[in-house]
Amino acid sequence: MKEFLLHYHYWVVVFLMMTGLYAVVASGNLLKKVVGLNVFQASVFMLYISLGVVDGGAVPILRPEVTVYSNPLPHVLILTAIVVGVATTSLALALVVRIKEAYGTVEEDDIHRRDEAE
Amino acid sequence: MMLDNLAVAQVVAPLAAAPACLLPWRRVAWLLATTCSGFSFACALVLLGAALDGGVVVSEIGGWPAPFGIEYRIDLANALVLTIVSGISTIVLVTAFASLDGEIEPGRQPLFYSVWLLCLSGLLGMAATADAFNFFVFLEISSLSSYALIAMGRDRRALTAAFQYLVMGTIGATFILIAVAFLYLSTGTLNMADMAERLPSVSGSRTVASAFAFLTVGIGLKMAMFPLHQWLPNAYAFAPGAVSAFLAATATKVAVYGLVRFVFSVFGVDYSFGSMPLPLVLAALAAAAVLVASTVAIYQENLKRMLAYSSVAQIGYMLLGISLASPAGVAAAMAHVFNHALIKGALFLSLGCLAWRYRSSVGAELAGAGRAMPFTCGAFVVGALSLVGVPLTAGFASKWLLLSAAFQAGWWPLAVVVVIGSLLAAIYMWRALEVLYRRPASPAPVREAPLVLLVPTWVLALANVYFGFATEYSVGVAEAAAAWLFVATP
Repeated sequence: MKEFLLHYHYWVVVFLMMTGLYAVVASGNLLKKVVGLNVFQASVFMLYISLGVVDGGAVPILRPEVTVYSNPLPHVLILTAIVVGVATTSLALALVVRIKEAYGTVEEDDIHRRDEAE
Repeated sequence: MMLDNLAVAQVVAPLAAAPACLLPWRRVAWLLATTCSGFSFACALVLLGAALDGGVVVSEIGGWPAPFGIEYRIDLANALVLTIVSGISTIVLVTAFASLDGEIEPGRQPLFYSVWLLCLSGLLGMAATADAFNFFVFLEISSLSSYALIAMGRDRRALTAAFQYLVMGTIGATFILIAVAFLYLSTGTLNMADMAERLPSVSGSRTVASAFAFLTVGIGLKMAMFPLHQWLPNAYAFAPGAVSAFLAATATKVAVYGLVRFVFSVFGVDYSFGSMPLPLVLAALAAAAVLVASTVAIYQENLKRMLAYSSVAQIGYMLLGISLASPAGVAAAMAHVFNHALIKGALFLSLGCLAWRYRSSVGAELAGAGRAMPFTCGAFVVGALSLVGVPLTAGFASKWLLLSAAFQAGWWPLAVVVVIGSLLAAIYMWRALEVLYRRPASPAPVREAPLVLLVPTWVLALANVYFGFATEYSVGVAEAAAAWLFVATP
């Protein structure tokens, strides 16, 4: 139980990751897929951010009275990954808009039906 | 000093030129993109020359030494990949100015070149970098731009194909990101060489095992490893012709290189093929890819879609080579990476020529094209022979290597799979040729494609013949690269 509580942040990551992946796979609405993808990516951001924690570590700003700092590197990495995530989301949304224009719907089943009707 | 600047310049040049292509003049944008791609190709050739002399070109970005800063490290394995990517990009770009006219409205063409350069830069960066996180960033640059490129297709199905690719590609890239997190967690470094040094001391941990699993599945998604290939057929079928030719010849190959790099240079042969069940899993999936995808290809009416399924099968051949875990097997895989780029480049470009006249790549509408466009279809025939693996073509050289590597390892069932796969390839290519040559032509007269399209197509088609004879360049370099990967393994 103590082990479980100590690593609670990993459980948050796992829960978010599975929720996101489920939304991507299970929903037929393209917008909901994009949101699911976002939740999925956010879980990995959480994973990286929690990696940086050092027991008793201070904010990583150089000060004379501090000897133990948190690890800033994972935070720097994840800033890049967040930017990538924003780009992915905006591209996905732009595609959804174009799909709506071309098909008149954002439901996957309707899109397939219209493709087959052609 | 000069060489390490080239290693960076070939990645940065397309990245820097991409915004400049947004100028409203499409001819200027095209010239800039082609020049830039040609420059990267020239750099790659110089780097390949240096690597062949036994050198490793190392470049520290911003002057920060290796484990702290990002490092580009060019050895034989990635010099070969760099040459393929920038070479194919240059040849296809030459055709793009003419071939785009029917597919993308003139006002949007500068955007096309801009996104193309971003994609090229991402693919080159993936191959050049020696930093695990940097690999992810370049992977995303190339992926995001390839989603945009595919969505530019004329057919509205290009949009849904791009969206599907985006969802699967992002899941794959995020898996790679998770793997990098686990690797960083266990080793405390992002530099690949540094990682390789520290991994043996923690290789028993479950964290490293899950990193390995996430990485294999993530890269598997990007390279369309069976059964993670669902995104590929529609993406290649509905993308603009030039994009299909470029991505089919390069994008999945760079992912194959990524797998080779991580499996051999980071995790090491002993861990990947000893502690992990990689050989069996890869061999089973690769054999399934060859048999299933080749069979599905036979039933495709759209020739671009048929070639896309054939690509999934060809990725299977490369994975078969890797799964043998021997220098000969990896040499066969690397040689097939090179030869398949030539084969698919030639085939997709000749389909692009056909689409330029017929406005379609559906078999039934191309009936009798062999008589109307003899030169275009001639290039298609050369590519088809090479794909099937007829002797004296490039495709034969790598299949022969793969067969002998399989026998050397004593895995003769794999050799049977290779032979059956070639027979299936002969069937689907025959179906395509039957439509082109033996069906009565459509009544509307059709002329041969213009020279700007024909010449690059034939350059690639003749390369298929040339590298069937002069195997010391393709196979020789691949064998040296494979030997290097095994020697450099810690």
